[in-house]
Order: sequence, then C-alpha cells, then structure tokens
Amino acid sequence: MGTFKKGGIHPPQNKLTAGSPIVTLALPRRVELLLSQHIGAPATPIVGKGDIVVRGQEVAKSSGFVSASVHTPISGIVKKIDTVRNVAGQPVTAIIIEADEENHLADEERRTNKTRVRSDEELERLTVEEIRAIARSSGLVGLGGATFPASVKLAPPKESKIDFLIVNGAECEPYLTCDHALMRESGDEIVKGVELMRRACDAPEAIIGIEENKPDAIEILAKASEPYAAIRIEPLKAKYPQGGEKQLVKAITGREIKSGCLPASAGTVVHNVATAYALYNAAAYGVPVIERVVTVTGKDLSRPGNFLAPIGMRLGALIDYAGGLREDSGKVILGGPMMGRAAINLDAPMVKGISGVLVMAEDDSHRRKEEPCIRCAKCVDVCPMGLEPYLISTYGRLRLVDEAQQNGARDCIECGCCSYICPASRPLLDYIRLGKKLIADKIQREKINK
Amino acid sequence: MSGVFFAIMVLGGTGIVAAVLLSIISKKFYVKEDSRIAEIESLLPGANCGGCGQSGCHAFAVACCEAGNLDGLDCPGGGKDAMNGIAAILGVENHGGPAKVAVVKCAGECNERVRSSYYDGAKSCAILATCGSGESYCVYGCLGCGDCVDACVFDALRIDPYSGIAVVDDSKCTGCGACMKVCPRNIIELRPYGPRGMRVWVACSNKDKGAVAMKECKRACIGCGKCSRVCSHEAITVANNLAYIDAVKCKLCRKCVDTCPTDAIHKTNFPEEKVYSNQPTGSDSAVN
Repeated sequence: MGTFKKGGIHPPQNKLTAGSPIVTLALPRRVELLLSQHIGAPATPIVGKGDIVVRGQEVAKSSGFVSASVHTPISGIVKKIDTVRNVAGQPVTAIIIEADEENHLADEERRTNKTRVRSDEELERLTVEEIRAIARSSGLVGLGGATFPASVKLAPPKESKIDFLIVNGAECEPYLTCDHALMRESGDEIVKGVELMRRACDAPEAIIGIEENKPDAIEILAKASEPYAAIRIEPLKAKYPQGGEKQLVKAITGREIKSGCLPASAGTVVHNVATAYALYNAAAYGVPVIERVVTVTGKDLSRPGNFLAPIGMRLGALIDYAGGLREDSGKVILGGPMMGRAAINLDAPMVKGISGVLVMAEDDSHRRKEEPCIRCAKCVDVCPMGLEPYLISTYGRLRLVDEAQQNGARDCIECGCCSYICPASRPLLDYIRLGKKLIADKIQREKINK
Repeated sequence: MSGVFFAIMVLGGTGIVAAVLLSIISKKFYVKEDSRIAEIESLLPGANCGGCGQSGCHAFAVACCEAGNLDGLDCPGGGKDAMNGIAAILGVENHGGPAKVAVVKCAGECNERVRSSYYDGAKSCAILATCGSGESYCVYGCLGCGDCVDACVFDALRIDPYSGIAVVDDSKCTGCGACMKVCPRNIIELRPYGPRGMRVWVACSNKDKGAVAMKECKRACIGCGKCSRVCSHEAITVANNLAYIDAVKCKLCRKCVDTCPTDAIHKTNFPEEKVYSNQPTGSDSAVN
C-alpha cells in the first residue's frame, strides 16, 4: 500500500460521523447566493430584483475563463441583490431569493423525483467538448474545498499529455466524513462521473485513491468500477496530508510535481470524488451544483452527521440540524481542523467550498502558549514539501521577503503539519502565510511597475 | 633557545614588512571623503528609520552632499533642527515643509465596536487582516495587534490596553511614516503637526454606508456631511461615505468637531475651553 514519502503526520482521526448516512435537509425558504464561491473572477448576476426563478436556474453567469456560474437551489422570487457578510465577516455581494409555500412544495417534489435528461448510453456518446460544457454550465468547482473551476481542469493544456486522472477519495482531514459517506452511498454515480472526467481529460487511466481506513468505500468503489477497464482503486496508507494534490500524485504514481508547476506538468490531473459525483449529477439529471454533502461534527454537538445541504442556506441553521451550538462552544471551523478556517459570522450562507462544519469545545479551541523555538527540527521532519518551516516562518515574521522566497515559501501547501507538531506551540504556519502574502504583494507590485 | 629566537625574528620581521606595506598602500589608495558627510551624519538621529526615502542616515548624508541643495530632501526624524543644521553646513537655504506627525484614523474602542470574535493566532495585524474582518465587523478599523508599534524605531506608538487601538505619542513621533507603510488597513496618515500641535482630523476610515457603519461601530463616520456643511473654509470633503479634512485649508475653528453626530472628528492639543453654564447652578441656593 502506497503513501507519499516526505513528512506527514498522524493526527487523531476523530471521525465521529464515519458511519452516518447522508441526511437530506429540507430546503430553506430563503437563500443567499454569493457571487464569489470559487477561485477566480466573481460571477455576474443575470437576474434582477423581482424576477421569478426556478430551482436549478442559473442566476449568475461565469465572467471569465477562471470563473464559475451560480444556480439557485430553490424556486421563488429574487428579493434583492445586496451586500451580505460572508463567514469571515467581510462584505460580499449576494443574490437573495425567497420561496413561498407553493414553491417550496414544488421544489421538494422536484428534488425527490429527479428526471433523467440523458440515459447512460447517451452519456457514453457525449463528446469531450460536451462534457466540458456541462461542467462549465453547471457551475462545477473543485468540491474538495479549493473551489477551482472544474471546467478549467477538465481542459488540460494541449502540450501536456495526461497519463493519469487521479481522483481524490483520501479524505485525510480528521473529523471529515462527507466524501466517505458519498463513496459509500453513491459509488456507481462517482465511478460514472470519473469515467466522464477521464474522457474529458483524455487520460488513458483513472485511479481513485482511498485511504485504508475506509475499507467499505474501497470495496464499494472497486465493485462499481469493475465494468470499466480504465478505472482502478488504489488503497493508500492513512497519513495526513494525503489529499494534497502533490502528495496524492506522489503516493499513487510516484511522480514528483516540480515547484511552481501544475499536476498537468507531471502528466496528471487531480479531481475530488465529490466533484465527480456532481459532474455525473449534472450530466445525467441536469442538476447543477446547488447542493453538496457537508459533515457537521464536533464533540459538542448532540447529533453530528453528514448532510446534503443546499448552497445558500444559513450556516447557523445547518448547525441547528446537528443539535445546535452550545452556550459554551469554543469555535466553529469551516473545513477540517487542520486546514479549515474559523468562522466569524454564522449568519453567513453556505457556499460550494464548505466540506465540513466543525464545532470545537471551549477547551480545545484555544492555542497553547507560544514558547521559544528549541531547534528540534520536528517541523522539518513532518513538512510534506521538504521545506524548513521554522526558517521560512522567521523570515515571514521579520518581513524578509526575498529570503522567504528563496527558501521556498511559495511551495508551502499550508497543510499545518508544522504548527501541529511544534512542541513549542509556535504559530509557524501563520507567519509562513504572511511571508507568502508579502511575496505575492511584491510580485504584484513588480507587475504594476513593468 | 635558538628556536624561540628564530620564531620571534620570523614573526617580528613579517609584522614589520606587513606594517610598512599597509601604510604605503593606505596612503596610495586613500579615498578622500567629503568631510561634510560626517558632520551631517552627526546631526541625524542615527536610527536608520528610512523615513527620508534613503537606505539609512549615512546614505541621506551622502545624498545631501551630492545634491548640493536640499530640494526634496527631508529628514523627518531629525526635524527642523537637523535640516537647518544641514543647510548651514552646506551653505544653502532650507525650504522644508511643515513637520508632520502620524495620526491614527480609528476611534472604535472595544466598547464602541461590536465584537464578532476573539483572535488568538500570531500577534500580527498583517495576519489578522487576512482572516476576514478581524475581531469586529468593521473591515476598515484598527486591528490592535501592534504591527505599527513594532515598526516604530522611535518608540512613539503603543496599543492602548483599554481601547485596543494604536496611540501616537506626539513628542516622540518624527513623521517618518514607517507605521503608515506597515499598517495593513492604511489607517495611519501623516498630517502637519499644526500650530502648537493643534490638529483636527476624522478619526475613522470606514467607507460603509451610514446605516451599516453605525451597526459596526458607534464612533464611525457615517458620511452624513454635516461637517462639510458647517465648515466655512471648504476644508472638508465627503467621499465614499467618509469625511476628510484638508489640513492646509483647515483653520482649526472646530465647528465640525462639535457638530459631528458620532464624535468621529477628533481634536488635540487645544487649550481647555472655559465652560460657561446657562443652567442655574444653585441647588444649594434653592435650599437656602
């Protein structure tokens, strides 16, 4: 069983919801759809105040090559296009849609009785261009959390020959089980989605990498992929950050992606299993990305679970389905505990990139006291990119931009292994991020000066 | 014994030869440095703050000597005294502008701003600024982690423990602008020191619409424009829901300070006003 060679850690798994089925949440009466739910240019609204919209309708179209359109999960009336606050408390533009009782019942009906728009035979006949167009028109983005528009990754540059499509089912973050639940319940759909992706990237082989701690998922997907000669499952030894693009490619193919290069340079394209599922849903049922599976978990919640949650619903409501916040809950993290970010505003709407909502107890949510570096080099041992985190973080703190750049700050994937392992509890990643930001600012300045 | 003698001879001889060679070379390759550079440098603060735009105090002294005049050259750290001294050394006139001082354009103290969260990451404004709106919902105000304090080589800034906002010490601030460059929210501005230090400025950077700004902070400028209407010197402009006072046009009449509904306009170093009360003060007399 393979894994990546350099660094990595084994944090406690804490997969409280590993066995939980996916619970479909009732559609909300009001959604706030952010125009920027992806990496790249924000989408442009194509509806106005007072317009009537139907579930699945495009309400904002992608405004560039690297951009993604936004669709509404509920039918109703566009109340306004206004500034709302996102989870980080920043003002952003959103389309606010409200549904009445009649709309609501009709939507629930549509949701339960999905109609096929293409049969499996028709799917097999889809051309490469058609698959990419489906990804583009359905607002498909990387649902692992990076939210990079999937249509761009499905169209790799012509000069790079793609040998492998790597599908990420590793789910190496502690606590998160949304991909696991999806693989267990929708193995067939995922494999069909992977097949569509494989054809779109023109890859001769597709490999789904799954960590060994999900034996049921491995079994189900292995069975589902039997009819497809080009798809195989690769069980992987559990280690964080296996789901990192570069780590996953290394673990499965043994290939190394050079510094500053995309996976395509090593003849690979990496997608998430949830993205594959969403692509199949869009192609077979014509359902764009309007819902996604989210793990709502934490030791503080009474009913943690995996939920199929509509995009645009209030995050606070999502937590209420899982038992609600306790008075003394410490903090809420969006994503996993290693790479996720703490939420400031729980009235913010759900967006495409949220794979998990983690409620931390008060005791677990504080950082330990920072102590001086004892030069133990544990951060160097665990860095999956082979960097020297103690050094780069010092350069970041001292704002020595050039030195940080020379020492590979931009190769940092922000997995947080260094901060996790540091016995002196130093905020290594915080300062590395600062260094990366300063480098990006510098490059931006140089571009403007030219 | 002869070994010791031999060693002394060899080492001593080598030393004498090297000394002679070095003295000849130092005469031959002597670089004549402008004696004024050292003189000028002795007038400068020596903090190498970079406020003059040069890499340090020595570089500034060299630049002064090379330029021959003081146009566009200013040492904010040394202030007027240093510049006049330099002008005397160079035998030119000093046309330097007014002395400047840093002001913090935020007054959103802890109890004025609605707290959204607690931050316990690395203590750096630059990092906190990347984590969203910070500890309040105002995305324009002071973050209070003290990047400016670290940047100040003159020890002129501190974070007030009660308000959580950076405070400038007028007597120490030299107007070098190091704090201004490092502030991720650009809320520090260099303004003229003013006569006897008297200054009036808008202590807010919030560009949100009035109603939104009000919710975020009780001391926010809501862009109502009352100050610009009351100003008889046309010194105040309101743009992007935020008022700005032009320090050159401002005659320090302080009408705007009194009229601001959110107390967002600050004044400093004015003599204390005498309080005349129209109210009958005498509850004592009423009893008697």
